This record gives sequence, C-alpha cells and structure tokens, in this order.
Amino acid sequence: MRPIRRQRLAVVLFLLFGSALTIGVVLFALQENIDLFYEPQKIVGGEAPIAKRIRAGGMVEKGSLDFKPEGLGVSFVLSDLRGSRFEVRYEGLLPGLFREGQGVLVVGQLDASRVFYAKEVLAKHDENYMPPELVDMGAES
Amino acid sequence: MKRAVFFAPLIGFVALVAILYAGFHLNDPSRLPSALVGQRFPGFQLPELTSGKVLGHQTLLGEIRLVNVWATWCPTCLHEHTTLMNIRRATGLSIVGINYRDDGEKARRWLSLYGDPYDFTIVDASGDLGVDLGVYGAPETFIVDADGIIRFRHVGDVNDRNWNREFLPILDSLTDG
Amino acid sequence: MTTSTSDILTVKYESFDATLGTLWGAGPEIGHLAAIIGLVAAIVLSVLGHVGAATRRRSWVENSGSFAVLQLVTLVVAFALLVHAFLKDDYSVVYVATNSNTLLPWYYKVSAVWGAHEGSFLLWTLIMAGWTFAVAIIGRRLPYQIYGRVLGTLGLLNTGFLLFLLQTSNPFLRLVPNVPTVGADLNPLLQDFGLIVHPPLLYTGYVGFSVAFAFGVAGLISGRLDATWARWTRPWTNVAWAFLTVGITLGSWWAYYELGWGGWWFWDPVENASFMPWLAGTALIHSLAVTEKRSAFRGWTVLLTILTFSLCLLGAFIVRSGVLTSVHAFAVDPERGVFLLVLLGVTVGGSLALYAIRVPAIRGRIAYMGLSRELFLLINNALFVVAVAVVLVGTLYPLAYEAVTGGDKISVGPPYFNRLFVPLMGLLAVFLALVPVARWKRTPIQLFRQVGLLLLASTLVGGVFFVIAITSDRVLNTGSIVGVVIAVTLAIWLLLSHGVDFIQRKGARPLGYLGMLLAHVGFAVGAVGVAVTSVFSHETEVRMSPGDTVELNARQYHFASVTTVNGPNYIAQRAKFDVGGISLYPEKRNYLARNSVMTEAGIEAGFFQDLYVALGEPLPDGSWGVRIQEKVLVRWVWCGGLLICFGGLLAVMDSRYRRLALRRDGLATAGKVA
Repeated sequence: MRPIRRQRLAVVLFLLFGSALTIGVVLFALQENIDLFYEPQKIVGGEAPIAKRIRAGGMVEKGSLDFKPEGLGVSFVLSDLRGSRFEVRYEGLLPGLFREGQGVLVVGQLDASRVFYAKEVLAKHDENYMPPELVDMGAES
Repeated sequence: MKRAVFFAPLIGFVALVAILYAGFHLNDPSRLPSALVGQRFPGFQLPELTSGKVLGHQTLLGEIRLVNVWATWCPTCLHEHTTLMNIRRATGLSIVGINYRDDGEKARRWLSLYGDPYDFTIVDASGDLGVDLGVYGAPETFIVDADGIIRFRHVGDVNDRNWNREFLPILDSLTDG
Repeated sequence: MTTSTSDILTVKYESFDATLGTLWGAGPEIGHLAAIIGLVAAIVLSVLGHVGAATRRRSWVENSGSFAVLQLVTLVVAFALLVHAFLKDDYSVVYVATNSNTLLPWYYKVSAVWGAHEGSFLLWTLIMAGWTFAVAIIGRRLPYQIYGRVLGTLGLLNTGFLLFLLQTSNPFLRLVPNVPTVGADLNPLLQDFGLIVHPPLLYTGYVGFSVAFAFGVAGLISGRLDATWARWTRPWTNVAWAFLTVGITLGSWWAYYELGWGGWWFWDPVENASFMPWLAGTALIHSLAVTEKRSAFRGWTVLLTILTFSLCLLGAFIVRSGVLTSVHAFAVDPERGVFLLVLLGVTVGGSLALYAIRVPAIRGRIAYMGLSRELFLLINNALFVVAVAVVLVGTLYPLAYEAVTGGDKISVGPPYFNRLFVPLMGLLAVFLALVPVARWKRTPIQLFRQVGLLLLASTLVGGVFFVIAITSDRVLNTGSIVGVVIAVTLAIWLLLSHGVDFIQRKGARPLGYLGMLLAHVGFAVGAVGVAVTSVFSHETEVRMSPGDTVELNARQYHFASVTTVNGPNYIAQRAKFDVGGISLYPEKRNYLARNSVMTEAGIEAGFFQDLYVALGEPLPDGSWGVRIQEKVLVRWVWCGGLLICFGGLLAVMDSRYRRLALRRDGLATAGKVA
C-alpha cells in the first residue's frame, strides 16, 4: 500500500506543478502575442501606441488607393465613415477581395506621424461578413 | 471533499459557457446601439430607381414607413425579399427601398424578377446616404415615422420572428400614439 | 472531358426526373416532412433505449434498432430531396436560391448543398443517423443494457440536432410566390474540389465522437467502465478519429491552394475548432488503450470521451454562431447561437454532472506505475490535454478579454500558438520514440540502452544535416535551423526505434500494432514537413509584366503571358509562367453572380517541393503583383496526416475486435459494479 500512497502524492505534486507551469507559460505567451485593435478614431486621437504591433480597421476610402509606380508599394486611407481617417502604407499583394469602399483589417505598426505601416491586410471573404472589430464602428456618430 | 474533485470539469465548463455567452452578446450585430434612433432621417437628393426622378428627404414624410437598405449583391437580401413582399401584402405598410452601392440595371431586373414591395426605391450608388445612416451592411431596415424621425433600426434580414417580436410592437406604439 | 461527362449526367438526370413527374414538385415539403419523421424516430429511439435499459425491458431495447434504421432512411430521403432541389435549380427554395446558380457545374450544385449553414447541418444530422445506424447493426451483440443506453444517448443527441435544424435552420423553406429565376450563387471560395469532400469527412469525424461519448455515458450509467467496455469503444473512436484526421488534413490542403497565400495552417478559430477535438481524441484513443489492456485510467478515459465530443460541439458553436471572427465562419445568426449554446450546455453539463456523480464509485484503483508503458501513455495524455488547453485559451482569450474589459478587442496571433505548440510536440516526439521499448507494468532498464544508441545515431545524422544547412547560403536564421535540426533528429530517432522494433519483434504483428507504427511514422513525416517547410521555403512578392523573368532560389520564373478565359460561371485572367521545362497557370477569377474576385494559384506539386505562383491585383500600368513561392517538403505535412489516418483505420481492422463482435458476450448482465 505504501508505494501507492507515495505514488499518489507524486501524481498530485506532478499535476500541481504541471498545471502551474502550463498556466504560467500560457499567460506569458499570451502577453507577448496579443494584438490590440484600434478604431480609426483612436488612431487619429492618439490613443493607439506608436511602433507597437497593433490591428486597426476601417473602410477603404474611395479614390484613396494609390499604387507606387515601381514595386509593390501601395497606400490607401481607412476611415470610420465618421470623419476619422488615417493613411495605411503596405508593401505586398493585396487580398483578392480588397476593394475601395469595403471594410478591411490591417496588422502592423504606427509611426510617429500616425501613418500605419501594415504587414498584413485582411479583407472580408463574404458579402455578409464583416470583421466584428468593424461592426461597432458604423453605428456611433 | 475527495468527491468534489470530480465536479471540477463541470465547474470549468460552466465558466466556459459564461465566457461564450458573454462573447456572444458582445458580437451580436443586431444589437447595434444606434445613435440615430430618435433623430431625423438624414437629408438627401437622390434619384428614384425606375423613374429617375430626384427625390428629397420630404418624400418620406406623412406616413409611417419601413426603409429597407438592399442590394443585388447581397444574398441575404434575396432571402429577406419574400418577407418584405408578404409584409407589404398583409399590412399595406409603406416600404421604401434604398438600393445601396449597386448597379441600377441589375436592381431593376431584380425587382421585375422577384416582385417590387417598395413604394419607391432611392438609388444610393455612391453609398453616401448609407454613410449618413451608419449602415453596417445590407440588409438593414429602419422604421421612420410620419414626421421623418427614425424610430427603430434593425441590422440583418427581416424575418417572421423578429418582425413579430421587434417591429410590430414599435409599429403598434406609433399608430396608437 | 469533364464537360462531356457532366452533360451526360445532366441529360440522364432530366429523364430520370421526367418519369417521376409531379411527385418531385413537392420535394422540399416531403423533405421537410421526412426530417420531422426523422426527429420523431430519434425521440422514440432515445425513449426505447434509455427507458428500456433502465426498466430492464429487453424487448424495448431490441426494437429500438429499427428506429435507428427509420431515422437514417428518413434523413437520407430528406437529404436526397435537397440535393435534387439543387440539381433541378429549384429556386423557390430559399436555401437553393441563395447558394446555387444555374451556371454552376452539376458537381458544385451537389456540393453547394453543404456549402452553407442549413444544408451542412442537415448533412450533420444525416451523418449522425448513419453512425447511429452502424452502432445499431454492428453493436447488436452488446449486452442489451449497454446497447440501449448507447442508442438512447445517440437518439437524444440527434433529437437535439434535428430540433435545432427544424427550429432555426430549415433548408426546405420556400420562397413563394416570387420565385427567382437565377440563384445568388455559391460562395466562389467554396467552388472547389476540396469543399466537395472536406465537410463530409470532417463531420463524419466530429459526429463519430458522439459514439464514444454515448459509450461513455452508457458506461457511467451502467457502472461498467472495464476493459471490455474499452474494447467496445475503441474501434468506433478510432474510425471517428481517422476521419477527423483526414478531414483536417484536407482542410489544410484546401486552404493552401485555394486561399492563394500558400499557407497551410493559420490558427484560425475555425481551424482550431476542428483541431481541439482531434487533440482530445488523440489523447482518448491512447487512454482507451490503457483501459483496455490494463483496466486502468477508467475515470480519466470516460472523461476524455465527454471532453472530446464537447469540443466537437464547441467547434460547431464557434463555426455557426459567429461568436468568433474567421474567414471560414458561416454568416452570423444570434438565434442559432443561443440554441446551440443551450444544446452545448445541456449535453456537456448533463454528462459532466453524471460523471461527477457516478465516477467515484466506478473508477479502478490506481495501479502502481513504474517506468512503464502506462506511464508513457499518461504523459502522452498530459501533453495532449495541455495542447488542447493551449489552443482553447488562445481561441477564446479574445472573447474573455472583450467581456472583461467591456469591449476592448484583441486578437491572439499565430506566434502564441507556434511558440507553445512546437516545444509540446517536440516533447511528445521524445516519448513517441520510446514507445516501442516500453512494456506494460514495468520496463526492464536494459531495453532503453538500444534506443539510446539509436538516439546517438540520429543525432549524428542531425549534426551532419546541421552542418550542411548552416554552410549552404540559402538560410538566414541559425535559431530556426537548430529547431529544424532538432525536429529532424527526433523524427529519425522515432523512425529508427519503430523500425528496429518492427524487425526485432517476436511472434505475430497484429494490425493494431501495424496501425500504431504507421500513425507514429505519419507523425514523424508530418513533423519533418512542418519544420522544414516553415524554415527552408522561399518566397518573394514582385511586380511583373508579361515578358519579365524573376529568379528565386536559382530558378527562373518567366512570366510568359496573360489571357482571358471563360469558365462556366466566371471570367478569368490566366497567366502563364514558365519555370524550367514546366508551365504554371495561376488565375484571377471573377465570379459573375456575386461579382467577387478569387485567386487560383498555379502549383507544380512535387515530393520535395512545390512551386507556387499566385497572381495579385493588376496594377494600373498593366503589370501584376505576383507572389512566387518554393515550398520545400510541404506535401509531407499532408502525407503525415494521411499516414496517421491510415494507421487509425488499420488498427480498427485488428482481428481481436472482429472476434469480439462474433462472440456472444457471456457477461451480458454481469457488470453491475456499483
């Protein structure tokens, strides 16, 4: 009976230690790898941090899409349709469903002049679908 | 005490359901708070879909109306179309369409194919009126009273359930008062 | 070629239709009615099964099987009628009108049936009925009380699913009297071979775990969770798990070529939704092995049956309620979400409560555990459960964060998952390599000596590989090379230890053993694929005009031309790229009915690498944004998945399960332990 009791103790200790370790590592990894989302209003208003990886979203303003003459550089303006707007610069391929007048999400960093340098541009995949991050935006005036 | 350990999964699950339930309410677009409710319907000068006549904000006055934002590119709008036809037939309520960011030719064909529940349809090709209305996506439906005040806003399709549960009480209160 | 076959089929179909005439006009109504009858059958099934078993009415239980048959037949009819409505372009049915189009080729009309929420859920209930039917037939020789409880539980589950279908997601609703003449078309993203096969396989896996769940519930109620119980449960679990494996693998392959990004896993909530039950299911099949062989881990195994199926339901909730953002998610409908959440709450909450009440009396004693196979399997389980927790936290954290902060939105990036997942899988590989030497109860220590030598050998190979990798100019980051080297070393070690065991093994090599080997080899192959393709692949995004040539990793990609091509329901810009002696044809398709643009990558698949070219947007001056990739060993990822799946299926064919099915179980009514 004794080895069993000792083993049970070992199991309990192992469980406690293991779950504490797991929780710690998970929390640490979460802290490192979450991206906060900011609406155009917050980006313009200076609430969003500079030079930190964040997500932002908005509607691509009509007529704002501008391809550089060389390379894959492109810039466009995202707005919340309520007067807050900011410029996004991106180097790379835009997703297939990217269009002016539609909602997109961008992932990247703001520079000091509040230009958003995007590493990723995500467009919606469906007419009925909009990133929930953008949902609240249209409503508030 | 020892037996209590076996309830741990159940307790964990209850916490999970609580998170899901909370998250679910946060992301429910039909619950969009609308700053527009109680305000005047925004002004516009836009053409009518079939006649081409330019309509202004005053055309909405004088009657309680449903204002329905739709487009041919929106599958849900097709789904909703039958409900609107039925509402029109059953209640005789005035329904006004806003054809949102759409192609006029396609829109006219749509109405001749599926039927036209609208008194008239305002063409918002640029989406500017949609911007003023804070449109999140098609379809959306507003209740506008006889004085041109927005009384209710619904995001997503109108169906039998939300018609009875949400639209009718407001329409009733408007006609009683 | 394909058009001619489809024409023939269409013609045949029309004549088939004409002979049946008017009856088909009411197809959707009959389909709806059939689904309702299916619901009634499910209710009767659950009552006969559970009440019959509880009140020891053997005849009730024995007759319940026929309701499982009835349930399957009615749902087959319902599903066939929906397929028929799609093939016939019956746009009076809302679901058809919103998800199909006259121009769609016939095979996409069929697959469009499960292209959106309503139809795919009908498929879900159909597959559920299929599993129930299989249990009713194959499980006939089970003790009647177990048989009744299992069928009764399956019946209860499908009662919930069918209520959900009929209440919130009826695919048979008509759009009368204003019948449209053209449909809104299927989402172009889903017009693809991958979508034809992916959901049915995935659902077969998801729903299949309901059988393990039902056995778990039956075991808890009847107090029977012994080795025999594990032996009944194991084959069902293996099959479900194999299907889920292949479903996930196909989903990953589909994302690779259809989303146009060349990625094969995105840690997207919907992917996670299918991955979590897989991880839990993997833990379950291993834990079941211990319960079968050693009659240990009983409480834990039965908890895993509940957990795995709960994660399947959670997955359904995530995908269908719109609670989380995803590119794959179905359109948002709050009402459905609430219903599903209630379904989830009742099912999982109920079974966990049952577990909490019953298990203290049933579980086996903890056996003394030295350095044994039990211990290794326990570690395997711990690793997989931690993996589930990692994915679950990462998936739901944004929700919890938003709920707590009152609306601040965040997202958890892939680095979170990668950082935690990679070491977990590395650790898993270490224990996997030790598996062949481990014995039940206690492993003689000298057995580890040989496997240690093998480790030495594989480290040597890994070291050589490291030197080659570090001296070749193609790689930039030493840290990631070390990661790959570790992965490759572990994989070789695993292969060696399994190979040596296979050769040295005395006596028979039953299929269960071979299946285990195959699945573990699949893990090694997949792991090498994942590690190598993530680090050694090359990628560039450039602006090119026809006539331009770009070099990537010593290969010349010549952009030859762009032509316009007419597809059945789209117009495409098709580019021609010449690479060496071969040509790639990436396309940019514009699907007319929805006016949406899709990217179709041009891929030259190979055992060692894929050449992958995707077109971006046309630029104002007539040039194109182009993404060119060389994905090294990317096929190995899916090869690994398929090997794992075959391993699982092979194990099911082990003769001991067949013997079990043939033998009348002598313990039919014994087994009341508690």
